[in-house]
Amino acid sequence: MKGKTVTFSAERVRSNVCLARLLILGYIHAVFLSPRNGEPLCAFPNIRTMHIPDGFLDTKTATATAVLSVVGLGSSLRYASRHLPPRRIPLIGLAAAFIFVAQMINFPVASGTSGHLLGATLAAVLLGPAAAVLVMSTVVIVQALLFADGGILALGANVFNIAIVGPLCGYGIYRLIHTIFRGDFGRLVSVGVASWFSTIVAAIFCAGELAWSGTVAWNAVFPAMAGIHMVTGLFEASITMIVIASITRARPELLNDNIPSATGRERTTGFVLAAILLIGVLLLVTPHASELPDGLEKVASTLGFEHRAIPNQGVPAPMADHVVSGTGSTTIAVLLAGLVGAIAVLALSSLLARILLPRANASPPQNSGERT
Amino acid sequence: MRPDFLDRFSRLDSPVHRLPAAVKLAATILTIIVTVTLPISLWGYFLGTAVMLVFVCSISRIPWSFMIKRLLLLEPLALGIAIMALLQPGGLAIFTGIVIKSTISLFTVLLLSNTTPFDQILRVLRRVGIPAILVTILALMYRYLFVLIDEGERLARARMSRTFSTNRVRRWHSLASLISQLFLRSTERAERIYAAMTARGWK
Repeated sequence: MKGKTVTFSAERVRSNVCLARLLILGYIHAVFLSPRNGEPLCAFPNIRTMHIPDGFLDTKTATATAVLSVVGLGSSLRYASRHLPPRRIPLIGLAAAFIFVAQMINFPVASGTSGHLLGATLAAVLLGPAAAVLVMSTVVIVQALLFADGGILALGANVFNIAIVGPLCGYGIYRLIHTIFRGDFGRLVSVGVASWFSTIVAAIFCAGELAWSGTVAWNAVFPAMAGIHMVTGLFEASITMIVIASITRARPELLNDNIPSATGRERTTGFVLAAILLIGVLLLVTPHASELPDGLEKVASTLGFEHRAIPNQGVPAPMADHVVSGTGSTTIAVLLAGLVGAIAVLALSSLLARILLPRANASPPQNSGERT
Repeated sequence: MRPDFLDRFSRLDSPVHRLPAAVKLAATILTIIVTVTLPISLWGYFLGTAVMLVFVCSISRIPWSFMIKRLLLLEPLALGIAIMALLQPGGLAIFTGIVIKSTISLFTVLLLSNTTPFDQILRVLRRVGIPAILVTILALMYRYLFVLIDEGERLARARMSRTFSTNRVRRWHSLASLISQLFLRSTERAERIYAAMTARGWK
């Protein structure tokens, strides 16, 4: 009896998820029209997938994310005004304009769709985390104020997802992997993995905010957002890698300056930013992930009958499997997919890095001779 | 690219444009807060706000075709998320509420950005106590956005005039190297701007 009701609800959830996925794919097809030959470079009104409009968040979510964003933005501003050399300030303004333009450039993707860069990880790798937070916040604020892309009351949430979570997560993963894989090759690989991850994590935070506001059910929005951005993240990763590879070729010194060891003051900024991320995770993601233990508890209670029976019968596996797959917590499924994806992305990005780096790196004398 | 491509009609002359920027900014934020927080069952308020916005828009002399085009452009995003709201119990009510609220908010922000020049908004933000560095960065970004777009389009035109046919991989490569070139050029431009700013006494 119990098992039946569980499978029924799971089926409904699954069909809903399928429907959501179909609708979203259709929407992406409709909105991201293909750039034709001879079209201007920037098809200006290019809509971004992660900006939450007004009316989608309730007061508590908007306030909480606004507070987090103000603290994060404030500590980055303090860092910029105290520790960055003054000649970096105009660079931050121009880099914001640069990211805005880079987001407007359309890349043709399969069958008449096109994609564009988000650029959070790109900014973080090129300018460092604090400056990247400022750059991305500026971009998000201008988009909201001048183009109405992303709401005014949702500005806190959008700044948090796109301008704080994106660059910080990207930078953290970049540094982490770059300490394992050194050199130009290692940098490219870590850039690829970092931009894939930061896109997905930002999308998950976006889903968490929508679900916390009660606008959308977590079971629908989480797989949809995470799934879409696992694919979008591949695009983001490859573009960021090509851009970084090309900057490495043209001006390697711009990237090499960027890994000094952190001094004490910088560390406090880092701690503040990390704390904000942690609070964000606790507030926005874990409450929904608690559906996961809930599901497990349900399984345990249904298994409770069987547990006594299991030792006697000796064939527990099929039944247990059935119940687990019936409950089929989407969160677990998506997390598993993410794990598999992460390994695949690591492999793919090292492949792409191998292709992008000039062969001269492997054996300098002969190849450079052949090239000329 | 026109320098004011983001807010094309912000420098028209009309009673709405002549209002002080602080008043318009406050009114916009107030309207959005009230719209978002009120329950959708108070339909009289939403109807009244919509009528008022249409009235303000018509006396501000912003072309209707522009407003409608922008709304249609931004609406699918809201709809895309709102459709997911349909997938839960009582979803239809949530869906209509969200769509109405977000449309009114979108319209309000579009009105603000097209009746108020951005430098006036920045001045208000500075007076309210937003840190000077952030305002400087916002102003620099607004100032150089169209310059960078022009530069990017020049690069793209140069590339197009040198390629006769291309495939997707090559196109990605050339667009990505265009982005990296754009970054290098903007760092160089930032150096020049910094020199010019210090020469004029900025610190």
